[in-house]
Amino acid sequence: MNWKRALLTPAIAIPVIGLFAWGMTRDPKYIPSPLPGRQAPAFALEVFAPGEAPFQKAPGEVIRLDSLRGKVVVVNFWASWCLACRDEHQDLSRAAMRYANAPVQFVGISYMDTRPNSLEWIEQMGGQAYPSVDDPRSRTAIDYGLYGVPETFILDVTGRVAHKQTGPITHALLSRIIDSLLAARPATETK
Amino acid sequence: MSAARHRRPVPAVAIHIALGAALLFFASGSAAAQGDSLRTSPVPGTPVISDSALEARTRSLAVQLRCAVCQGISIQESPSGLAGEMREVVKEMLRAGKTEEEIKAYFVSKYGEWILLEPKPRGFNLLFLYVFPTLVLLGGLAGIGVLVRRWSAAPAPPAA
Repeated sequence: MNWKRALLTPAIAIPVIGLFAWGMTRDPKYIPSPLPGRQAPAFALEVFAPGEAPFQKAPGEVIRLDSLRGKVVVVNFWASWCLACRDEHQDLSRAAMRYANAPVQFVGISYMDTRPNSLEWIEQMGGQAYPSVDDPRSRTAIDYGLYGVPETFILDVTGRVAHKQTGPITHALLSRIIDSLLAARPATETK
Repeated sequence: MSAARHRRPVPAVAIHIALGAALLFFASGSAAAQGDSLRTSPVPGTPVISDSALEARTRSLAVQLRCAVCQGISIQESPSGLAGEMREVVKEMLRAGKTEEEIKAYFVSKYGEWILLEPKPRGFNLLFLYVFPTLVLLGGLAGIGVLVRRWSAAPAPPAA
């Protein structure tokens, strides 16, 4: 009798405890994105923060994702009210400057924010190397399956989403991914 | 007699037709003005949905979609800005003539099946959300049945 009970109890308890232990390693707020590996959703958004030379764009100019084909594109969703965006801001600007002479384009997309607040934030942070655009009614954010900021999407030269970063991204990670995407470019793309 | 007094009275049917046409004209004008500001424009030939019907269909679909910035509530219940915009996307797509399945497929393509509050019963979902709990329930019921039979079969304690 008792040997049956002695086997039955761990046979039930161990898988249940294992399941709970596995659950503890998961972030319940993390949403796995279906976008990596797929073509990035197109956008055509108006610049409100021009960025700095050599990336400077005139305010009001429209950045179209389609026109950036042939470049590695780093799309960063951010907001002035987002604390974690402060952590990655310098890394993004530094990485943009590092790849200034490479076929790499950084684009900031303002998420649920106002222009005055966004511009003030950029000024407080000591500038932003690359241009930022408005996303009216968050349509591009929804197209990218956004559920918070910061989120960064790195697209390869064909416009495919190669990497999605949820939360702050670092200079080291950006460099590693961009280097690998530049190295993987078809020979015809290399200049 | 003045000319006005000689005018024949306008038939009531004609007044009703004119009023109906005017109402239709203004209604279509305001719908077109709304449509212009939206990203998804109605497909020609799409049946016009009344505002109340559109609201009802938006609500019925919004309760099935999970709020991306909340914990376990639908975009219909959520007061967040993103949920509000997602409801607007649902409404725009319905107005453009998209079916409920097409709208759900759009959100699934962006957020994965996670976005559906009730996951589709297939593959892994079918096994862990439907088959496994059913088996556990049946196992529990069988266990209770066995215990009850044992207890009822046990000899009654001797009378004092």
